Amino acid sequence: MHLNFEVINNTLVVRIDGELDHHTAEEIREDIDRKIDQHSVKNLLLDLQGMHFMDSSGIGLVIGRYKRLNKVGGQVAVVHMNNRIERIFKMSGLLNIVKKYDTKQQAIENL
Amino acid sequence: MSKSQNEAFARVVVASFASQLDPTIEELADIKTAVSEAVTNAIIHGYEDQKGTVLIECSIKDNEIEIIVEDHGKGIEDIEQARLPLYTSKPELERSGMGFTVMETFMDTVEVTSEQGVGTRVRMVKKFESR
Repeated sequence: MHLNFEVINNTLVVRIDGELDHHTAEEIREDIDRKIDQHSVKNLLLDLQGMHFMDSSGIGLVIGRYKRLNKVGGQVAVVHMNNRIERIFKMSGLLNIVKKYDTKQQAIENL
Repeated sequence: MSKSQNEAFARVVVASFASQLDPTIEELADIKTAVSEAVTNAIIHGYEDQKGTVLIECSIKDNEIEIIVEDHGKGIEDIEQARLPLYTSKPELERSGMGFTVMETFMDTVEVTSEQGVGTRVRMVKKFESR
């Protein structure tokens, strides 16, 4: 599992490469939260192009970040989501609170 | 062993076993996800992060795979409640409560038996359409 961070305007862009399960979720959560604090960003954009696997641990992770950023008027969005991950997102109603974009640029413009 | 590092190992092993049925990538991913959920439940809820053994048993009959994930942990008090979407007994863990819902979505059959203080057994079956 590898994370790549980038700050664009008010948004922290995180590319998650690898697998997201209960084991990796903890580390991912800590790293993302640390970066959010460090850069005082409002929004979070998750780039899932390199994410090969996600179970329901990913839902918990996204809801947790949403709750956090929502308090400061921020948003969480995802880009490059494959069908499979989209299915899990939809199943949990996550797409009601998290916006999905096709490209990173589109997301940044709308956040 | 009920270590979270073994979640990935468990799903890869089951997926390798299932691959002899020549499943589609999608079907294989369904199985991996369901196994991941069941094993995670055993670790977090069955053993509550204490040491224990998670037993996985798989068998193939015709074009069906049966996967049993068993723990000898604390057991589930109310199975019906545990299976409800969004229900979690540990809200502090930032988990979604979607584990059983995911298993039910990706597998054809999900049966849960549990006894408090004895353990939990999840039996899942999936039929492969590709053959």
